[in-house]
Parts: sequence; C-alpha cells; structure tokens
Amino acid sequence: MILNETYECMTPAARHELQSERLRDTVRRVYENVKPYRRKMEQAGVRPENIRSIDDLRKLPFTTKDDLRDSYPYGMFAVPMKDVVRVHSSSGTTGKPTVVGYTRYDIHEVWAEVAARAICCAGGTPDDIVHVAYGYGLFTGGLGMHYATERLGATAIPVSGGNTKRQIMIMQDFGSTILCCTPSYSLYIADVCAEMGIDPKKDLKLKAGIFGAEPWSNEMREEIERRLGILAVDIYGLSEIIGPGVSCECHYKNGLHVNEDHFYPEIIDAAKGTVLPDGARGELVFTCITKQACPLIRYRTRDISTLMREPCPCGRTLARMGRVTGRTDDMLIIRGVNVFPSQIESVLIAIEGTEPHYEIVVDKRGVLDELEIKVEVSAEVFSDEVKRLEDLRSRIQGEIESVLGISAAVRLVEPKSIPRSEGKAKRVIDKRKG
Amino acid sequence: MQLKQLSVFMENRAGRLAEITRVLADAGVNIRALSLADTSDFGILRLLVDDPDKAIRGLSEAGLTVRATEVVAVEIADRPGGLATILALLQGSGINVEYMYAFLERHKDNAILVFRFEEPKKAAEVLREANIKVFTAEEISKL
Repeated sequence: MILNETYECMTPAARHELQSERLRDTVRRVYENVKPYRRKMEQAGVRPENIRSIDDLRKLPFTTKDDLRDSYPYGMFAVPMKDVVRVHSSSGTTGKPTVVGYTRYDIHEVWAEVAARAICCAGGTPDDIVHVAYGYGLFTGGLGMHYATERLGATAIPVSGGNTKRQIMIMQDFGSTILCCTPSYSLYIADVCAEMGIDPKKDLKLKAGIFGAEPWSNEMREEIERRLGILAVDIYGLSEIIGPGVSCECHYKNGLHVNEDHFYPEIIDAAKGTVLPDGARGELVFTCITKQACPLIRYRTRDISTLMREPCPCGRTLARMGRVTGRTDDMLIIRGVNVFPSQIESVLIAIEGTEPHYEIVVDKRGVLDELEIKVEVSAEVFSDEVKRLEDLRSRIQGEIESVLGISAAVRLVEPKSIPRSEGKAKRVIDKRKG
Repeated sequence: MQLKQLSVFMENRAGRLAEITRVLADAGVNIRALSLADTSDFGILRLLVDDPDKAIRGLSEAGLTVRATEVVAVEIADRPGGLATILALLQGSGINVEYMYAFLERHKDNAILVFRFEEPKKAAEVLREANIKVFTAEEISKL
C-alpha cells in the first residue's frame, strides 16, 4: 500500500510548485533565524527574495558537516529551544559529534510520516509487527522506525540492538513480520539462527526487512533474501536530514523513492561542486524544505549515488536515488586509484557461495601501498583439496584486480576470525595513517 | 566400502593444530589417522576418527569449517613395492588419485593407505576384485 498518495503520487508540475513554495518559506526562516545561514547567504550575495522556485536552489551555498561542527551544538537551529522537543546526534566517528534538533511537528508530521511511508514501501500495513533492532538512543535508527511503526498503526517491538539469541527468541515468540536493522546484522541473525538450529523460513514469521545505515549490494540482498526467506529493501537516511526515511525502496527494488516533498535531492560533482544531470554518479545533496528545528540547505551527505526520475511501476512519482555505493570519505586511494569497499564486496558475493565476511587491510611496504583482502572460508566453498581452495583464492584475487584495476592479495581465513559488529560493519583497516 | 574422512580448514599459524586437536580431545574423539596439506597461508587437516559424527559436532561447535568426504582405506604389506603394486593397479583401471596418505597398523606388519578418489565406489570395487583388503568404517574405528 502507498501511505500518502497525495504526496507520493503527485504530478511533476504540482510537486514543483509545492517544493518551490516550501523552499521559499524555508529560506526565509533560515535567513531570519540561523546566523551561519544569513552569513553564508550574504557572502554569496543571495537574498531570500532571489529564491523564487526550486530551480533557484543552486544559487544557495552548500552546508557541510564542518558547518554543523562549527556551530556545535545548537547553532544551526532555526527555532528557540523551547520549541525543540528532542535532539539526536551522529556517532562522531570522524570527529566531534553533530547535533540535530526536532520540533513536535518535525517528529510527527515529517519524520514519522516519511519513515512510515518506508514501511509501506516494504509491504507493511497496520497489521504488521515491526521488530526494530536498530539501536535506540542518540542514533536515529531505533526511535525513527519506532515512531514510524506507531504512525502507521502497526505494532512496534522496541528490541534495540544486541543480544542476538534473545532477539531471535522474541521474533519467534512475538511473531515479528518486519525486521529493521543493518544488512550486516541481518546476516549475523541468520548465522545465529543456524547455530541455534532455527530455520528462519519455517520457524519465523518474517516477510520483509528494511535495512539501512550502511552501504550494501544487490548480491548481499540476494543472500539475505535467500537465507531469511524475506523481501529485503534498502532504506536511507541520515540524522542531519531527519534519520531513516529520507528514501526507501519499494518491492520493485529499482532505486529508493526520495520523499522529495520534504527533502529535495541533488547530485553534485564532489570535487567541483557543480550539479550533475540525472543518471550521473556523484555526491548526494539534500535540502530540507519542511523541517522547523534544523532545516539544512544543500547539505552535502558525502554519500555517492545517482538520481532517476522515470516513473516506477508501483505508482509513486517520487524521484529515485540509486543504492549508495560508497562515501566520499570511505573512498580509499590506493596507489592513486579510487577504491570503494563496495566494489570488493560485490566481487566476493558474486563468486558463488562466498559469504560477505571480509576485511580490507591497506598498508605500506616501502613507498608502495599494499592491499590485502581477508576472506572467511565458509562451509559452502570449503574443499578438502588444496588445489580447489587455491583456485578459489586466485579467482577472487583475479576478479578483484580486474574490477579495481590494481593488484591485491587475497588471503583465506577461518570462519568467525574477522570481528563481527552488531551495528555498522567495519570492513577497512588502513594502517597507512599514523 | 567408503569411509568418512573429515577435513578442517585452518589458518597457518602457531598453535592452531594444537587447538584443533584439543577440541577433538574434549569431544572424546580418538584420531585414527591424520594428514596435513598446507600452503604458506592455510592448511587442510584431514582426519580419520573413531566417531566422525561426534567429531563434526565438536568441530562445528568450536566454529571451525568441517567437511566430510568419502575416502577408501586399504591394507598393504609393509615391504618394498607394496604401494607401487596398488598404484599400478589403479592406473591400469584408469582411476585417478586426488591425494593419499599412509599409516602403519599396530601389532601387524601391514600399512594402511587412505585414498581420496574422484570415484570412490568404483575404486573400492576395483581394489576388492584384486583381492586387496578394503577397510570398513567399523574396522577403522576398532583399530
């Protein structure tokens, strides 16, 4: 079902008008209430009256994570603190955390609405029981999907992250039908099910999973769908824009529907800062056009994606973004070549039966960068013959080298020897730094 | 008659073999024969044990990757030419040996050869027709 046909299935002309009106209002609000924005606009020589339609967006300067850090914690808020009912914060893995605020309207009319649309995209209805295994706390995943579930009128199980055996027991006993967590955690759940002698396809009632918070691939989707017996869709979001629900795939799985009546998307050339045409790959930029507390203008997400505007057979007319294939700051430069961990993952999963448990280690030998990929040997690919394992190793190595265009050393390692995470997967160890 | 051989994937690092054999000891499994194939990075430990199912359970629970394969064990006289005779016989019947290893039988003047064939059934038949003793799982377990 489509939660809100009025907004999700609008004609392009009506949506253009809505977006233009909302942008005009937002720009006026940030100019009046957010000092850093007024300063930036003055420096760029733009006044609110210069922004007449959404097409004028590109006249406005970008907002970066550094802008949020510079005004830490509340300097980007456009409303007085008495109107802010909640704050969330990013993990701060790459520096000081960033803080975002929400008014009651932001939580209920924007966030719960868009994230509930995402649950519907995955086939959810008010009859579903939604197992929210994202962490609850400053991270937006848990509470975002929780409010979305309640907004839809489905049943939320606020199980949060961790204690996987207990999670599986709850899924079994409470009859969870939709799972929300990171894609790597869903595979970890499948591993633990196998250890416990539970067949997710028979013993659990799961029908769909809404997975996000880390980049993943179609091959990984196929593995999740096969092992858990569910429909697996990709959800996207970031706390700076709102949290989960900025966009989500429907069951056609051909791109994530961007809730562009709230968040206007652009793709830019990360180096030049110029807007790229639809279909081109580049850095994803969002402008919040409805939020009250923290409406960011042209926020550079550092996520790499594409935009498509052809209609989807599901009936939604919202623009779609491609799967996020990496981050501008995850990108490794090895011997001068840009390498994204997702490229390596695709190769690994495409080679039949190889589970995506791997670790990328970059080191320096003398002046040369060295790339090593550790791959766990699963029961499916293990052979009692050295020759076959050597073949597997050299096949993985050959395909990775042909995809990346640089040499790589592949090492087969024992199962479970690479640390598992229950949150975001750490797949890269770069020993060149420090 | 085919036997169940267990293969275990192991990384080539100090103490790993000791850890894996400790897992078998704790599971109460007795090793009958063992061979290790290795490269610079990893090794494959191949085992004949008294209770293969118990060993698989123990090893899997310890998080190891285990695979069961069918092998053929035969008895030969422990004297020059014993192995050559058998290999000539197999070659004459067009049977390929993937790999093999040998161990000595206790209190007897015989050696036991363990073969991994592409077609274990056919190989066992050929050997038996040539009046070579092929071991059953039970016999290996009682050695």
